[in-house]
Amino acid sequence: MRKLALPALIASLFVLAGCGSQPAAPEQSGAGVENRSATATGVGGGDVGMKPYNDPKNVLYKRSVYFDYDKFDIKPEYKELVAAHAKYLAANKGTKILIQGNTDERGSREYNLALGQKRSDAVKKALSLLGVREEQLESVSLGEEKPKAEGNDEAAYAENRRADILYSGEF
Amino acid sequence: MTVIARYFSRVLLGLSLLAALGGAHAQLAIEITGAGAHRLPIAIADFAGEPGYSRALTSVIRADLERSGLFRLVEPGPTPISENDNVDFGAWKNKGADAFVGGSLVADAGGKFEARFRLYDVSKQASLGGVAFVTTPNMLRAAGHRIADYIYEKLIGEKGYFSTRIAYVVKQAGRYELQIADADGQNAQPALVSKEPIISPAWSPDGGRLAYVSFENKKPVVYVHTLATGRRTVVANFKGSNSAPAWAPDGRRLAVTLSKDGGSQIYLVNADGSGAQRLMSSSSIDTEPQFSPDGESIYFTSDRGGAPQIYRVSVGGGAAQRVTFDGSYNVSPRLSPDGRSMAFISRNGGRFQLAIMDLASKQVQILTDSHKDESPSFASNGRMILFATEMGGRGVLSAVSSDGRVKQRLSVSAGDVREPAWGPYLK
Repeated sequence: MRKLALPALIASLFVLAGCGSQPAAPEQSGAGVENRSATATGVGGGDVGMKPYNDPKNVLYKRSVYFDYDKFDIKPEYKELVAAHAKYLAANKGTKILIQGNTDERGSREYNLALGQKRSDAVKKALSLLGVREEQLESVSLGEEKPKAEGNDEAAYAENRRADILYSGEF
Repeated sequence: MTVIARYFSRVLLGLSLLAALGGAHAQLAIEITGAGAHRLPIAIADFAGEPGYSRALTSVIRADLERSGLFRLVEPGPTPISENDNVDFGAWKNKGADAFVGGSLVADAGGKFEARFRLYDVSKQASLGGVAFVTTPNMLRAAGHRIADYIYEKLIGEKGYFSTRIAYVVKQAGRYELQIADADGQNAQPALVSKEPIISPAWSPDGGRLAYVSFENKKPVVYVHTLATGRRTVVANFKGSNSAPAWAPDGRRLAVTLSKDGGSQIYLVNADGSGAQRLMSSSSIDTEPQFSPDGESIYFTSDRGGAPQIYRVSVGGGAAQRVTFDGSYNVSPRLSPDGRSMAFISRNGGRFQLAIMDLASKQVQILTDSHKDESPSFASNGRMILFATEMGGRGVLSAVSSDGRVKQRLSVSAGDVREPAWGPYLK
């Protein structure tokens, strides 16, 4: 089962290496002491009209890609959603997104963090292949730390095997 | 009522008295759920001096020794006995005590105390030594831990761990608190309070700093937090995820997991955040790095074989050797302080259990019968392993001796407790 996902991951590494897109320089500030609370900008500022990704009627309003257990490839039913976000980002090169990968709660927190990273990396790779620039994309993992669904049944687990797309101003 | 239970209730009384005296928050309660097979019988007399304070002191000493699982407390009787009183060895022998401790707590004019004690071998009818500690009412517990450390070392032959501290995370009402407490769970103080998760605290070898992962910026970032000042330094905030900090034994470098170059990979970075260097390249997940105590090797979790297993690689990089083979999920390696054994979490029939491997023989022993064990952490002398597990749907901390015999449970009155890390000896 897992082996199926591996070639895709390896391919993604080649793609990333191939396009020569080195990651940005470390976003490090020497002190970094005061950065404790995130500045949560409200959604839909309302000044120049609603962004399409904040419009409940727009396909871009959907931000979540769900994964099967122990799987990291994007299922066919989410290809259209990913393509829609890719199209928007390709047309709006100043817009950045953060992709947060998530897992269910079973097992090691740190290992789950790495599994969540595989999910966000899969979404990032798909967007890259559809023409979105590297500088617009960051894929990270929340592992099992921010479950959308509490509880320890399969329904909750499935809800938490997920990657979410956050647009500029939301992170 | 068993002897243990009777003494435990005494201990509880002592602890609540102390909490009242010192104004400390008794946030973690420790319950002893199993004890060693061969416990050394010891009588610790009430110390002479002002009874309120001296009983509080002896309660700490007794509780520490009892909790180690290596001692059986012998009823000392109601009469305080000082370090200078004549010892009736015959009487203690008849009560079944192999060791005896008498002492006193003497107040001086400046509001300080001198805690004096003497430890005796009952069958040899000889003193094994004694020490005097100057202390204050607020530091009585610390003095008790140091006396317990002294007794433990004299009788067991290895250093005690009662003066060490533990770090853990409490999730309560949507808040995450990184707390630092004494090894007995007392004097808990928050080092960091956040609305976002905090995971993977790791003590610097000198015990002065904690590295951890905080999600306060919507992604995992590694910080180093100096406990005395509260000052925080970003150690890794690269594009992507930054996690799994582990200190090198010299305290100058950390191993971390970064996804900045694609995938979760292990890097070495200086403690000030400079000089990040990739340890090795793989197309798999490599995470949960952990230095061997000699600093020569790094143990880590990888799914390079198709399922997560523990591997070892030289700190200079090169080829990795697989360490775990049984089962399809072995994660979170932690090396014992002597480097001879490795604690880790192993999935067995859907249960995640704490296990220990003797690295020379590769023999594995499952240490618990729980089902959601996580994040093991050795006491500084290697005797006990602290870990997180779940009881009744809540996160609790447990400790088990490395031979599986002694078991304790630590819990706070409300909230989930997780991510424990046992600190080093105080320097």
